[in-house]
Amino acid sequence: MTAGVETARPAGSSRISAIKNVGIVGIALGALAFWIALPPVTTRTVAAPLAVGVAALACGIAAIARGHGRVGWGAVASGLVGMLGGAFATRAATIHLEDVITWSTLVSLALVFATPLTFAAIGGMFSERSGVVNIGLEGMMLMGAFFAAWGADRTGSWVGGLAIGMVAGALLALIHAIFSIHLRADQIVSGTAVILLAWGVTGFLYNDIYGDAGTPGNLPSIPEFDLGWLGSIPPATLGNFLEETFGQTSLMTLLALALVVVSYVVMFKTPLGLRIRSCGEHPRAADTVGISVYGVRYASVVTSGALAALGGVYLSIGFNHSFTEKMTAGMGFIALAALIFGNWRPFGALAAALLFGFARALEPQLQNVESWANYSELFAALPYLVTLVAVAGVIGRTLPPAAIGRPYVKQ
Amino acid sequence: MSEPAASAHPPDRPPELYPSFAGRLLLAQRVGGVLTPLLTAMLAFLIGGLVVLFVAGKNPLGTYKAIFNGSGLNWLFPWETCSVRHPSDEVCTAATSLQQTLILFTILALTGLAVAFAFRCGLFNIGGQGQYIVGTVAAVQMGIWFEALPALPHIVLAVAAAAVAGALWAGIAGLLKATVGAHEVITTIMLNWIALWVGSYLVGFGGPLKDPAAGPVPVSREVSESATLPVFWGSPLLQGLHIGVFVALAALIVYRLVLTRTTLGYEVRAVGFNPQAAAYGGISVARSYFLAMAISGAFAGTAGAMDILGWQLRLDTTAVQSYSQIAFLGIAVALLGRNAAVGIFFAALVFGALRTGASTRNLDPEVFRPELAGNLTEIIQGLVVLFVGAELLVLYVWQSRRRLRRAKVRRAPA
Repeated sequence: MTAGVETARPAGSSRISAIKNVGIVGIALGALAFWIALPPVTTRTVAAPLAVGVAALACGIAAIARGHGRVGWGAVASGLVGMLGGAFATRAATIHLEDVITWSTLVSLALVFATPLTFAAIGGMFSERSGVVNIGLEGMMLMGAFFAAWGADRTGSWVGGLAIGMVAGALLALIHAIFSIHLRADQIVSGTAVILLAWGVTGFLYNDIYGDAGTPGNLPSIPEFDLGWLGSIPPATLGNFLEETFGQTSLMTLLALALVVVSYVVMFKTPLGLRIRSCGEHPRAADTVGISVYGVRYASVVTSGALAALGGVYLSIGFNHSFTEKMTAGMGFIALAALIFGNWRPFGALAAALLFGFARALEPQLQNVESWANYSELFAALPYLVTLVAVAGVIGRTLPPAAIGRPYVKQ
Repeated sequence: MSEPAASAHPPDRPPELYPSFAGRLLLAQRVGGVLTPLLTAMLAFLIGGLVVLFVAGKNPLGTYKAIFNGSGLNWLFPWETCSVRHPSDEVCTAATSLQQTLILFTILALTGLAVAFAFRCGLFNIGGQGQYIVGTVAAVQMGIWFEALPALPHIVLAVAAAAVAGALWAGIAGLLKATVGAHEVITTIMLNWIALWVGSYLVGFGGPLKDPAAGPVPVSREVSESATLPVFWGSPLLQGLHIGVFVALAALIVYRLVLTRTTLGYEVRAVGFNPQAAAYGGISVARSYFLAMAISGAFAGTAGAMDILGWQLRLDTTAVQSYSQIAFLGIAVALLGRNAAVGIFFAALVFGALRTGASTRNLDPEVFRPELAGNLTEIIQGLVVLFVGAELLVLYVWQSRRRLRRAKVRRAPA
């Protein structure tokens, strides 16, 4: 809305981009301030993270003073978090730090938790770039999760489960599309309705088919790749780290990463992507040059449902190996936040998904510390808190598609 | 939110110019008529019936009749239910079921108001669950403290604390919307999950509210006698009807008065119709956003207090994690009730009856499995939101659009 002004920023000025880089360095310094207090470096003096954090603040203020508020405030926030976290970490017992911060575990868990978020966020990108708000990602994920489990059970193969899950997600998205495109319903209300429907439908079928026994224990599951050869990469520390982190990677994680690249190319480098984006920015203009706005929007929303369903598929037959009622637990909304945080761009969404995945990965790690066992529920709230703060901090500075949320009326 | 895309041409003519059946329906809906929500609900129940018939292979009429009987609404036909009592039957089953329905009505009316009030300001508050949870926490803590107080001030104190807690919790989302423009749907959902986990921590193992005497059970201490809401119909031991139902009725009246009779209500509605125009007229949009969310949260927080002080009396993790999902039903209640006090009254009654009638306790498992019936309620709830959200009944929208187009061509042949 008001962020539209930012598009008028002059491009290509080397001085301005140099200042912007200062801000980016500031963000990195903030992260560094935290990092040096953690294993394996584990600085024990408070001064070190504080000094680095002050440098980050300085970079941030320099960037703000020269009109790069967005990056600058990011650097200031990062510097403050780095100083606080770093100072706190130097006061904590080393043994606790080592229980919590096992980088290979943290990174591999972050990837695992980021995978469903990435699928859903990329799915959301297709829908929202075409101008249709998709609050219903949560429901589409849930449909994918249930029908993948059911399909895998029925067909006896994970491929069948994956296909059926995707179709189910796409069908739910089709309902959302019909109501928000042709019937011009409020897209937020329609999206919510779709979530409620998904809760009811998956719960009904789950109780009807599986009942109290739950999904069978021998569900076919999506294969994981054994990337043990990573361990032979020199030097040995790097090799070991890579092996511990990526040694067992699910096919779906790789697929998610590939999807980010593919969707970037499709959305920003092909005529199809241009059409999708034009329907989201100025549907009347798109209509004038002969693009079927309704057609593009239908296709985008249905694609979005199928992709979000893939996230659910990963949850049920890739990660948990079972289905439970309402198992998506707000992940669709976190994915939506990741999409906004990533400024409606694939790589941005991936980065945000990794951030939220990391927050989630901290939960089991923090529980490793025995004296903190009572706080496990508080740690579970962490990803939601991070999402809340991220959304609050970034919105207004991102650039949503101009026509998002508005039904298009043909002339 | 749903304004049509800006264009050089005038929008579709208001349908009241074409007095078709669909047009009359729309007109009725605009002036707060009852036909559309009624038809919407019927359509949703019809589709729910089809699910019962084809997916579960049961008789939909029999199922709905069993749910109706389970809801206790048959008590209104005493000649059928309680005229002949079994000698051993001390209480009429229909009466206890109806008490259940009305207890649920209390909660649904309040959470429905929480959604509706924000709606009137153009905000979509789906954070009823979180606001309900903080309400329960505040109410249980206030109910445990101050045992020396007499009943009335103690109850008022506990309910007020719950309302304030809900208002503050929702106020976070309102503040974020007003200051940085963060979309309230995402922030309220995140606040739901944060409330859920923090609430679970508070009553869980090692949490500050946990009752030390309860051993491994994650439950708080019981609220003191003076803070419990008196039961005026039925037995307190059998979850009789507590006076919370009057609080809900009062809240419905307050809602209507605030919206139609106060400056605040006028501002909230003006912002809801058109924020730009309201700002031009000198109304602070940011202030309205914050206040609308806070008042919404106060309704939902009060709902939490009603459950804690009315019948739960102590807070456990089940209440925090599962039972609190009842607040989501508030969305369907508000939409079906068209955000009007009278509409919310009836919608809360319908959904309260549906939930009670479909519960494990009241539904005859011979007719339909209660677990499935619970999910059926969710399906019907989703369908209601879907159809009401579409502003038009699916069955009539095509017809009316065709007529509109034909009429437009006739009027402006250019």
